[in-house]
Amino acid sequence: MNFVKRREFTLFILIIIQILLITFRAPRFFSLSNFKDILDDTAILFMVAIAQMLVILTAGIDLSVASGIAFSGMSVALLNQYHPEVPVFIILLLSIAIGFMLGSFNGLLVAYGNIPPIITTLGTMSIYRGLVFVLSKGTWVSAHEMTDSFRYFPRINIFGISLILIISLMVIIIFYIFLYYTRTGREIYGVGGNITAAQYVGINLKKIKYLVFALCGMICGLSGFLWVARYASAQSDSAIGFELQTVAACVIGGASIAGGKCSGCNSGSSFFRYYKKCSSSYQGFSILADVYSGFYYYCSHHY
Amino acid sequence: MIDKNKRLKKLNINISELLIRWETMLLIIFILITIINSRLSPYFFNYVNIMNTTFNFTEKAIIALPMIFVIVCGDIDISVASIIALCSVFMGLASAFGVQTWGLIVIGCLAGIIAGFLNGIIITRLNVPAIAVTIGSMSLFRGIAYVILGDKAFTRYPSSFAFLGQGYLANTRIPFQLLLFTILAIIFALILHNTTLGRKLYAIGNNPTAARFSGIPVRNIRLLNFTLTGFCAGIASILLTSRIGSTRPNIADGWELEIITTVVLGGVAITGGKGNILGVIISIFLLGFLRFGMGLVNVPGKVMNIVSGFLLIIAILLPEFIRNIRERILLGKERIRGGYKDETSSI
Repeated sequence: MNFVKRREFTLFILIIIQILLITFRAPRFFSLSNFKDILDDTAILFMVAIAQMLVILTAGIDLSVASGIAFSGMSVALLNQYHPEVPVFIILLLSIAIGFMLGSFNGLLVAYGNIPPIITTLGTMSIYRGLVFVLSKGTWVSAHEMTDSFRYFPRINIFGISLILIISLMVIIIFYIFLYYTRTGREIYGVGGNITAAQYVGINLKKIKYLVFALCGMICGLSGFLWVARYASAQSDSAIGFELQTVAACVIGGASIAGGKCSGCNSGSSFFRYYKKCSSSYQGFSILADVYSGFYYYCSHHY
Repeated sequence: MIDKNKRLKKLNINISELLIRWETMLLIIFILITIINSRLSPYFFNYVNIMNTTFNFTEKAIIALPMIFVIVCGDIDISVASIIALCSVFMGLASAFGVQTWGLIVIGCLAGIIAGFLNGIIITRLNVPAIAVTIGSMSLFRGIAYVILGDKAFTRYPSSFAFLGQGYLANTRIPFQLLLFTILAIIFALILHNTTLGRKLYAIGNNPTAARFSGIPVRNIRLLNFTLTGFCAGIASILLTSRIGSTRPNIADGWELEIITTVVLGGVAITGGKGNILGVIISIFLLGFLRFGMGLVNVPGKVMNIVSGFLLIIAILLPEFIRNIRERILLGKERIRGGYKDETSSI
């Protein structure tokens, strides 16, 4: 019966109930292609929620994820616009490197500058967002200014599954193994669970704090490229407000904001996206999505 | 000779302690900004200009005051901007039904109080972390505003309503908003620094468990803080709605982070238990004048955000840095290495 008590199980049941309700209202909802679309839409949230989860595990929070996504997305989009000859693979690596730099900056300030994570990322959130504007001088990069290989990268089909989903699944698997089966992964849980005990046990707190932010930044960098390529436009306010979605996904999925507890992040984010999609298929009721989100947020927290 | 050395050392400590004090640092930065601004633009030192620029930040400043209480208690409220939107929408609805200015003021304040009370009840009675609850109510309140308004806007307000956000005191160039802010700031300063309630706030922020065992009604005081924040957000909403004369669901978008930035820059520790009103007031004017000055020399708003972001980080790094250096000088090699240092500061 332990299985039933788990939060993931409840979320799963809730998702199924929602799917049934929506299907009842709009039978077209229940089709393979629609589900695939929803998953493709959620792929980026999957990844970034995992990254956010890493930070939340150490009792921190990263509010700069959305700005990081916008910055790395805009940089690679501009590179693609002015140097179309650069291969997509290089761009992919470059976006990860840019994200790593942004994340490292956060990590250095938090770990070695002793600034609380919420303050650091509040500051870097507006810094990175401003840098996007400086970089692009306020202009957009739109679809016709990107090369085809850039734009179609997330949509490449491998056995009927789009590449963006495969990348996101790979990230999830890698982080699953990292968190559950490596020493460093367990240390991250240790730091969140009881920071004083972790220090006495000999865990290098500074290293762990730096590491989670750097990893989070790398994922954000990667997502930035995928975001811009998928939506085929890079703007200075792309992904605005996304940071709170990732935090919400983590909390719905069961991450304790005080650190040290989290496993159901994925079901959380898929749940989150499902209901958004669901409510948008009620025509005219998509606006209710936000209210709905706040409401579920309370419920899931009390469960 | 020894005596003189001792005295010198003491003097040294006093000076560096004064330098480390947050308010001194802020004041120095503030003066620097003013000097640079007035060198850059001849229009900076102009009574009318300076008075008019306060319109841009008094609304945020009014919310920053109760936010000090909330953060001193170790909580946080990120739903304030959404409360503004909610109050504004309710006032717009009432105005559409022909309610006059006084009625609008009451409705705005009431809506704010109820929204803040709701936050407070969930946080204190159900024991959910404040950051989790207010992230939720942020989208809840904003969502209600979107549901009611959709893509429309309320623009019809009674003409006497405009005075609140746009009016000046008779025969002067002092905005009514600024006067209101000054009165509120004095009240909040008196409560925080001269009453037992104020001392209790610090006690809660430093150690909620100890505070509770000393007989402080921790939950009720925290509830009061959130209600107060809602109330002030209501007032800010009245002023903002009156100033721009219309209500859209995306009104005051992103203000929550600006307000928290102001409070933290003012020296209030995000972990609770530390901070004072003076620092926050200096930081309000510092950020406001910085934006005003940059606006005069045509710096785009997004670039201003970079500057205030860096300011926030530097303002927190610098005292830590100075303290480190001072420790090294004073203690030399005797500094205890590897001793237990509290690194348990969380969000």
